[in-house]
Amino acid sequence: MSILVNKDTKVITQGITGATGLFHAQGARDYGTQMVGGVTPGKGGTVIDGFPVFDTVREAVAQTGANASVIYVAPPFAADAIMEAVDAGLDLVCCITEGIPVLDMVKVKQYMQGKKTRLVGPNCPGVITPGECKIGIMPGYIHKPGPVGVVSRSGTLTYEAVWQLSSLGIGQSTCVGIGGDPVNGTNFVDVLAMYEADPATEAVIMIGEIGGNAEDEAARFVRDHMTKPVAAFIAGKTAPPGKRMGHAGAIISGGKGTAVEKIATLKECGISVAETPADMANALLKIYKPR
Amino acid sequence: MNIHEYQAKEILREYGVAVPDGGVCYNSASARDMAKRLGDGPWVVKAQIHAGGRGKGGGVKLAKTPNEVRDITREILGMTLVTHQTGPEGKLVRRVLVEKGCNIANELYVSLLVDRATARVTFMASTEGGMDIEEVAAKTPEKIILEPIDSLIGLAPFQARNIAFKLGLNGKLANQAVAMFIGLYKAFVGCDCSLLEINPLVVTAEGNLLALDAKFGFDDNALFRHPKISDLRDYDEEDHNEIEASQYDLSYISLSGNIGCLVNGAGLAMATMDIIKHFGGDPANFLDVGGGATIERVTEAFKIILSDSRVRGILVNIFGGIMKCDVIATGVIEAAKQVGIKVPLVVRLEGTNVERGKQLLSESGLNIVSADGMADAAQKIVKAVAG
Repeated sequence: MSILVNKDTKVITQGITGATGLFHAQGARDYGTQMVGGVTPGKGGTVIDGFPVFDTVREAVAQTGANASVIYVAPPFAADAIMEAVDAGLDLVCCITEGIPVLDMVKVKQYMQGKKTRLVGPNCPGVITPGECKIGIMPGYIHKPGPVGVVSRSGTLTYEAVWQLSSLGIGQSTCVGIGGDPVNGTNFVDVLAMYEADPATEAVIMIGEIGGNAEDEAARFVRDHMTKPVAAFIAGKTAPPGKRMGHAGAIISGGKGTAVEKIATLKECGISVAETPADMANALLKIYKPR
Repeated sequence: MNIHEYQAKEILREYGVAVPDGGVCYNSASARDMAKRLGDGPWVVKAQIHAGGRGKGGGVKLAKTPNEVRDITREILGMTLVTHQTGPEGKLVRRVLVEKGCNIANELYVSLLVDRATARVTFMASTEGGMDIEEVAAKTPEKIILEPIDSLIGLAPFQARNIAFKLGLNGKLANQAVAMFIGLYKAFVGCDCSLLEINPLVVTAEGNLLALDAKFGFDDNALFRHPKISDLRDYDEEDHNEIEASQYDLSYISLSGNIGCLVNGAGLAMATMDIIKHFGGDPANFLDVGGGATIERVTEAFKIILSDSRVRGILVNIFGGIMKCDVIATGVIEAAKQVGIKVPLVVRLEGTNVERGKQLLSESGLNIVSADGMADAAQKIVKAVAG
């Protein structure tokens, strides 16, 4: 078992004829993911490196039976690509694109209400169930099948945590990058609830950062609804206030959303917090012994 | 991106939001002419810098005659204004806004922002104008009025009325408020704002509503569709290296330490700063080369880091996903060729194409200390800079 994706997931790539889309579609296929085709409007009917290309998501779904998509479409057109995937009734859409205007995402969120599709991202690395299905840009080789769920707002910090776990011989159930944007499809609480319900997940590492209050909500969810051990790291302890640290979501405003505040809340809720980003796996091992 | 107050007010005028009459001036003679043109005094002279707290720092003054406007402008222009937001070095004042004064009967607060929790544009208002809104929210949360907005409908008139009545505005003032609030919402959406704040929004003794101050924050991701707003950017107000970096789509923020950082991913970049501090070092910058960095961008990133004379060592921390390690390695080698790297360089590579990247670096003949893992990398660079 796992969450969100497994060996049966069939994936199409939106923006497959771009260099980035094609590179990562090939990488996912090499990993063993069922990458069944791609969509680039105007290039339907062609084949690129063995991937059939379609003009629309609906057509791609009808022809390939895909139930998930991954989006590498450029920022000005990415919100439209998400809505097209939602309209086609996919179960899961991972939007990797970074730099989508926030007000575009506000519209997307409203469009998605009442629809069954789950959006992960945007501005995220994607989702991977090691050994079964990799959707997105994470390097596959650092992962290893196992019992720990990793959920994060930061792509590269997810890799860091996964690498620490794998180096210690501890594998992962499913790793989910929820993305660094202020308005996104899936939040920490959504993923934590899935981990709690997933028999294959025994423990969780959650990686947050400054800005907003998603980590505080997640901490209270862990305290009130989770039986599985959770460790965490919050990036940005040394970030100056008022500056946007790369992610649009990572701004501390008016002393709210600082790392110090978040760490205090996490600890109060019984979460083991890593002192440095090099200690994420160790923080988990303080409260969890792999079988 | 931020803009000046006078620019913010010009945008508000375009959206029909009432602001005091006034205009920007670059010298004292034109400030006096501006005052005369605006009609009867008194007038207010306001220093235009990208920071709040200008009044307390001596950058906002009242003048009773046009000659006084001239003298005050002479005094303010060229001064280095220090406020709680400028840092101790302050900011040089290069322009002033000369405005007609008004008789304030009451001060209110209104703003628009994107609420992460509801994923909606939200109108926020309070009767506590002129105060720091975070403080109001913390101490008296019942005084904060919130109205979430449907993005398909926009701010509906009934919502604008709800806000107006809760602010205690009635009759003619309520009508003015409804028009103004809808104008503010249209400005927010029309300019792809991340924040639009009017503090204070004043009720004048004559019974009119005026936006006395205005602060815009723009969504950098949406600037591509607002060339007019991009043109308002004032490069004098920004860090030189941050401007350089933005031209190459690098996310760079200048800090006060001496260890230059080149990292991929915002989270990892922040975490790299954190771990440098943890081991007793001090980062000189935040630099995220992003996912799609080319060799050229990596080279430019190195040049920017090296142009900071305080930098005594550089830490490259890359965990390649979309970013390929061989691209980073080639960029490092290219930069070393072009500018010469005379400070210690610690490189930690992991992820996509890592073997190829490591091989390129080791074959380059450059004096590079390689590191395994973040803790090792941070300890090595801190030690190299200290020694």
